[in-house]
Amino acid sequence: MNIPTELRYAKSHEWLKEEDGVCTVGLTDFAQDSLGDIVFVNLPQAGDAVTAGEAFGDVESVKAVSDVISPVTGVVKAVNDALLDDPAQVNADPYGAWFIQVESVTDTEALLDAGAYEAHCAEEG
Amino acid sequence: MGSFLPSTAAERAGLYAALGLSGPADLYADVPASVRVGGALELPAPMSELEVRRTLEALSGQNTRFSTILRGAGAYDHYIPAAVGRIAAKEEFVTAYTPYQAEISQGILQSIFEFQTMICELTGMDAANASVYDGASAAAEALAMCRDRKRTRAVISGAAHPDVIATIRTYCFGSGMELAVAPVRDGVTDLTGLLDETTACVYVQHPNFYGQLEDCSELAGAAHGAGAKLILGVNPATLGVLRAPADYGADIAVGEGQPLGLPLAWGGPYLGFMAATAPLMRKLPGRIVGETVDAQGKRAFVLTMQAREQHIRREKASSNVCSNEALCALTASIYLSLLGPEGLRQVGEQSCAKAHYLAGALCALPGVSLRFPGPFFHEFVTELPRAPQVLAALEAKGILGGLPVEGGLLWCVTEKCSRSELDEAVAIVKEVLG
Amino acid sequence: MELIFERSRPGRGSDLLPPPDVPASPLPEAHRRAAAPRLPEVAESEVSRHYQAMARHAFGVCDGFYPLGSCTMKYNPKLGEDLAALPGFTGIHPLQPEHTARGCRSVLDRAGAYLCQITGMDEMTFQPAAGAHGEFTGLLLIKAYHVHRGDTGRTVILVPDSAHGTNPASAAMAGFTVRSIPSTAEGLVDLEALRAACGADTAGLMLTNPNTVGLFERDILAMTEIVHAAGGLVYYDGANLNAIMGVARPGDMGFDVCHLNLHKTFATPHGGGGPGSGAVGCKALLAPYLPGSALGGGGGAQSIGQVRAFHANFLVVVRALAYLLTLGNTGVRQAAEGAVLNANYLKHRLEAAGYSSAYPGLCMHEFVLTLEQLKKQTGVSALDLAKAMLDQGMHPPTMYFPLIVHEALMFEPTETETPETLDRAAQALEALLKTARENPQALHAAPVTTVIGRPDETAAARRPVVRYGFEEG
Repeated sequence: MNIPTELRYAKSHEWLKEEDGVCTVGLTDFAQDSLGDIVFVNLPQAGDAVTAGEAFGDVESVKAVSDVISPVTGVVKAVNDALLDDPAQVNADPYGAWFIQVESVTDTEALLDAGAYEAHCAEEG
Repeated sequence: MGSFLPSTAAERAGLYAALGLSGPADLYADVPASVRVGGALELPAPMSELEVRRTLEALSGQNTRFSTILRGAGAYDHYIPAAVGRIAAKEEFVTAYTPYQAEISQGILQSIFEFQTMICELTGMDAANASVYDGASAAAEALAMCRDRKRTRAVISGAAHPDVIATIRTYCFGSGMELAVAPVRDGVTDLTGLLDETTACVYVQHPNFYGQLEDCSELAGAAHGAGAKLILGVNPATLGVLRAPADYGADIAVGEGQPLGLPLAWGGPYLGFMAATAPLMRKLPGRIVGETVDAQGKRAFVLTMQAREQHIRREKASSNVCSNEALCALTASIYLSLLGPEGLRQVGEQSCAKAHYLAGALCALPGVSLRFPGPFFHEFVTELPRAPQVLAALEAKGILGGLPVEGGLLWCVTEKCSRSELDEAVAIVKEVLG
Repeated sequence: MELIFERSRPGRGSDLLPPPDVPASPLPEAHRRAAAPRLPEVAESEVSRHYQAMARHAFGVCDGFYPLGSCTMKYNPKLGEDLAALPGFTGIHPLQPEHTARGCRSVLDRAGAYLCQITGMDEMTFQPAAGAHGEFTGLLLIKAYHVHRGDTGRTVILVPDSAHGTNPASAAMAGFTVRSIPSTAEGLVDLEALRAACGADTAGLMLTNPNTVGLFERDILAMTEIVHAAGGLVYYDGANLNAIMGVARPGDMGFDVCHLNLHKTFATPHGGGGPGSGAVGCKALLAPYLPGSALGGGGGAQSIGQVRAFHANFLVVVRALAYLLTLGNTGVRQAAEGAVLNANYLKHRLEAAGYSSAYPGLCMHEFVLTLEQLKKQTGVSALDLAKAMLDQGMHPPTMYFPLIVHEALMFEPTETETPETLDRAAQALEALLKTARENPQALHAAPVTTVIGRPDETAAARRPVVRYGFEEG
């Protein structure tokens, strides 16, 4: 399982990268693997507000749907529209296939580093 | 054997013995005594097949079958080719469940795929669903497709079918979607001043309840100008000759599929159809069949995009629809296959021409005139004196006249009526009006 | 199989209509269609063969054992088809004057009276077209009741975690918030959790009884009392009425409103996914809110309005009335007993064959197996076993439902199956269990006798093709 050390992680299996005040959010390798083939991604629109700990979108597999939770509170700066046409990117390249970028961040959930997240995944197993 | 139990009493005794039970009472040990039914229900005694047949035949005999039907208003008396009913009555189609098991349901799934394609062709849209309950619930579901966080209000035409308006109101009572009804001027919809930045969609029926053709292109422009979607409610029997909803700029097309080979049947079962442009495809409610392949690369059809639906998304689903009107959709597909583009064109042209013939003949009578000035398709409203007497005189001759609506009678003519039937009706009206 | 569009040849068709006998009346240019819809051009003979080919690749109750849990796939008597085709029913316009459609009205009145007897309700509407439509209607009755009393803080509908997906979806459509109530290890609603969840915001509780794992909620009176004491109403989802009709009545258990699936319990056919009928019954306190039709009549001043056009899926009600008249006052109960007997017998046989029930003991009309252990031991899933049943000429049970049971298979044999059909099914399933342990690969590969193998559902959902492409085709 791939858990890049430069990222931070939510217990609900989102990764977060912070650069110049902009947070990029996606789903982890563990999440995409347990969800199976992802067939569609529901994303918010740029300008929408997101709240730490609340769903901002969801991912669909053939027989299931799972919320994607925002690790931060802020305003959506950009969404990765490419996922709408090719949701398989989430399976193939989970850390490249980002979902949203958030700016004006006012609050961040308590997040895990790679080591703690790996332990968390092992627990959920 | 009034219970359709194939097993004999002795066989059932054998099953009880195998389970170590003494009889039916043992099966219901968990049912509290206080809620058990004591005696027999107040139902008639069981009947044989022949007795049931006689009973229902007697009930059907209490209805009046009109030989000529000049009434539409949401239910249309078109000719149904003999093959439609015969083919749709195949037991495999009639008694199957929803095609969850694709490997043994390719026939059902393919028939739905073909239905979706035909609805897309009629409406000019990119995607259609497998059907919903009827045209009214289709309209209500279409409104819900357009709602989002910022746009929570719908504007619907006051010239839509009253049952459709009432159904939309009821669905909005549930969802909390705000509703405004656009006034009718000269028999058509007037949207002036009704659209704003919270308007999610505009619903217009075309031809409308009064049979009038709406200026759909202008309505589409107005809706889109305000950032709202246009939903057109259409009669599929007109679409062999009338412009496709997508051509007018509609985002969603819905309608009542009954004119496509389904009998009047006192209002049901009918067939709601829904079609949309590509960006709205995943917002369509209910079952949708998609094409794919099996492991050998063979073409296969499956229920697809199921994660939209209630059995997966539960309270987050945008609709609760599961059972729809699959057999009615199959019937409509058979009807459209038999008619083809040429047959559907004839149905549309002849219905339109005969309605205009009747309108002309009625308006030649003293005191009779068209209520609205605009172009119409196969329904129209006349202002006419002594309407109750006219309807009674027609009824006495086996003719169902126009429907009483505000301001007159709403007439409808389909291809099924011959000129001589129309002439007879006009003669009766003439006699009453003296 | 060819698509009907692939059978199309330009110029083919049938002569169905006489030539026009009135002058043409051209449409205004702005409304005229530019290009004809690409409907198939086929002769009647080809249409006939096309649909015959499709029928061969469909599986109805007429084709074999159909133990699809929660769907009540009982035999559909042919008499119903004959009667629903009577011209005195099919030829009646929904807006005919009432005095010319008395027979139709009587059909609804009689069926309504009988179903009120069976459910213990006071009034019945046939407007809803299917079960989910009935749920939506019934929940709006509950909403209207609270609103008209000025009790507007009741916004929550309680739903057990074992419920059908339509329950929470219907509640959401009716504008309610859904609160899930957990089940106990026994498979019943957790009474204490229900008590804790009830309060001033409770609009009502939705419940099936027997529930979705096939067990009768024996504390039902306590449950309805808890909800009523909190000021809420109780909704009965009639999906499982086949187990108890004639034996116990929802109205006597404290339910205020219910829907019935005439296409399950009352033997009307499913049509490959409809038309059904989701008749809704209610107690007198909700009667003022029942739907009517703007043009067709009915519905009082406080009515919720209507949920579809006109009166009912009328021809479905004709079939159900024929069924009710056949069963009569004694047959209703016999049918329910037969359904419960058959379910218990099949459950007993499958347990003896080595399958694990999710819940031990007697069941009602259906039961749930769990293949969790089998999957751990052999890798064979509930899906694999279901697909293998296709090769045995049986329709599989409902898979992966209810959600609270892992690797669930839910069987509902119904009363219209013979003992030998149940025995044969049990033998076939016993053999499949043996195969699962000896040669699991064979089950992963199933089905092998069907017209297609397992379809690629991922590809279908990722790039949806939902209509024929013509130009590419």
